[in-house]
Amino acid sequence: MMGMTEIVKTVAEWIKGFIIFYGLYIILQGHLSPGGGFAGGVIIACAFIMIELAFGGKRAETELDEHKSHNLDEIGALFFLFLGILGYFLPQIPFFANVIQLYWPGSPFHILSAGSIPLMNLAIGIKVGTGLYSVFTGLSHYDPLYQEEN
Amino acid sequence: MIYALCILLFLLGLYGVMVKRNLIKIIISLAMMTNAVNLFFVLLAYRKNGQVPIITNFNTASTVADLAVDPIPQALVLTSVVIGLGTTALMVALAIRLYHSYGTFDITKIRKLKG
Amino acid sequence: MNMVSLLPSFVVIPLFTGLILSIKSKKMWYTHFIALGSTILLSILALLTPLENSYYHVGGYNDFVGITLAIDPLSRIVLIMVQVLVFLACWYSIGYMDHYTDHSRYYALVFFMLAGMNGILITADFFNLFVFMEIATLASYALVAYGGKSHELEASFKYLVLGSVSSLFVLFGIALIYSQTAALNMFIVSERLDFSTPIAWLIVVMMSAGLGLKSALFPFHSWLPDAHSSAPAPISAVLSGVLIKAVGIYVMLRFYFNIVGIENAPLSLIAWLGALSSLTGVILAMGQHDFKRLLACHSVSQVGYIFIGIGLGTYWGLLGAILHMINHAAFKSLLFLNAGSIEHASGERNFHQMGGLAKVMPWSNATSFIGFTAIGGVPPLNGFWSKLLLMLACIMSGQWALALIIACVALMTLTLFPKIQKYVFLGDLPEKFKKVKESPLSMIFPMLILCFFCITLGLLLLVPSWREYYLVSAVNVLLGGKWLGSSYVP
Repeated sequence: MMGMTEIVKTVAEWIKGFIIFYGLYIILQGHLSPGGGFAGGVIIACAFIMIELAFGGKRAETELDEHKSHNLDEIGALFFLFLGILGYFLPQIPFFANVIQLYWPGSPFHILSAGSIPLMNLAIGIKVGTGLYSVFTGLSHYDPLYQEEN
Repeated sequence: MIYALCILLFLLGLYGVMVKRNLIKIIISLAMMTNAVNLFFVLLAYRKNGQVPIITNFNTASTVADLAVDPIPQALVLTSVVIGLGTTALMVALAIRLYHSYGTFDITKIRKLKG
Repeated sequence: MNMVSLLPSFVVIPLFTGLILSIKSKKMWYTHFIALGSTILLSILALLTPLENSYYHVGGYNDFVGITLAIDPLSRIVLIMVQVLVFLACWYSIGYMDHYTDHSRYYALVFFMLAGMNGILITADFFNLFVFMEIATLASYALVAYGGKSHELEASFKYLVLGSVSSLFVLFGIALIYSQTAALNMFIVSERLDFSTPIAWLIVVMMSAGLGLKSALFPFHSWLPDAHSSAPAPISAVLSGVLIKAVGIYVMLRFYFNIVGIENAPLSLIAWLGALSSLTGVILAMGQHDFKRLLACHSVSQVGYIFIGIGLGTYWGLLGAILHMINHAAFKSLLFLNAGSIEHASGERNFHQMGGLAKVMPWSNATSFIGFTAIGGVPPLNGFWSKLLLMLACIMSGQWALALIIACVALMTLTLFPKIQKYVFLGDLPEKFKKVKESPLSMIFPMLILCFFCITLGLLLLVPSWREYYLVSAVNVLLGGKWLGSSYVP
């Protein structure tokens, strides 16, 4: 895949950190203001897609290649599942209850307050971000001569 | 009235899926149908002169319960949009591989399975 | 902890196994054992679930605020059927997947499909039902296209478009339900949904259209021959055996009998559509040259039988429908696994070009003979009992035309399958098949277990204590009528 002109490459290099930071802000403040895991994850994916569009496929592979993004995807999902099962290790807690809220409650409207909800938002953010990036990379790097795609 | 417009959008998408012959147009019609159903779901939550359903220091829980728009459909539509994203991604991937196998996007020519 | 608190494990264990298995993406020898162990654990858990109606609140929230999981005898019997069949398909895949390269992605998709199906069977909340339905069907779209050849991609695309349209109809119906009752929990909806407004009828129409498309009822059956014949053989067995039943027929049973109520549901229309689809399926199946496509067309006709049983709405009709659901899972999966074993050994699917394979593949010959006699309805194998029950139910309700259609289709089925037995197994062996060997043991054992089920599932009806325990309790759940609110104090 070909990249773009010099101006686009320079600006993309400078802005990508800010975009990832903004995405993390939306994920972590998901229990206080609109946003949450899905929207923040899409913004993080957009940062990596911007790098791929500006520089071409080879540079994007050095930052985050297919196997690493697939593994991060699975780790995000396993983390979410682990947060759901957490109650089983403690007595009498139903599945998917907000265990952290019961044992370490925070004061309302602070960032460390809603129990396991910010952690769930983080897991969803990782999963959606890397998932969307894998979809984009898989569709744009499709090579019809490489027959072992399945 | 506005619900009738949502149903009209849904029916236009259904027309596109049934009649159009190009694969990409079928994918776009399906995306249109998904958008119509999600829009209908969100519009069910409307309340006249309603407030944002967020509890803050200034917006106490009782005012939110009385005056806010319904937050449940908004949460459900978030999930539904992500499901639509996954389905559209799978359809586009299949369309790319179909193009490389058959050489055309026309569904009347992609008919190896008959009978 | 008692059994009810292990109810979410039906969704958690397949999800966990699927995610673990998809981390490494090459051929690893341990993927097979992890898959088998997980499905054995799930089958044991399914057999240990309690018989009386049990509820479980996810997160500890009560009915009006949170999601409830409910299990009653109908869910229980379908749950056992799903786990056992996926276990046998995973065992079969050990031998069959030799000519595919990426095992871990295949098993990951199978386990996501299993998690989706289990979720549909245990949930009691409408939007939760929609999300699990999407998980199961998305995994099945990817599995149908797994081989990557051109006809598989085409079949998967057609299946995808029609499946998405049907899911959108179901979502529209759920949105209308929320607009009428302001609740999504099935117990509360059935209490609040009143049928004096015309929108309630729109809800019934939308949900019937969506669910009918998913279970291949008469006008919507055209995706089934393509999709089920292009999938790999164990996946065809799971799709035809349990997916159309868990996603289409089970949800329709819940919706019609427990939420809408028998007097409001369009049951006679469903019975006639079922009769039309059984005729269409058998007539389509008679003109096929490809073994798997013939079996897939025949699935349409057997699902039509189940809908005739549902459409009658009486005790005997529902008993026949549920028994036929279990029987069809057994013998159709056996036949699909057989077709896969023939294709794996000889590379050929057109049975006009085969012949005399009985000399080189004796086990496949024996199991397919039992499968063909079961599907034709020969006593004392299991197909006979369910077809007899359905015909008796039609005669007792006075629907003579439906009984005549059932008898005609059974006769046509009986004449169809011995022809295939003759073409494939008997006769002379052509030159190109002289080097064909029998399939490996891991492919024969599941077929033998399914033969055992085909022979003994008739006992499920005849032995009174088993009939009471499994079948009659399920029918009584459906005939119990509309759910009237939550059955306990929140």
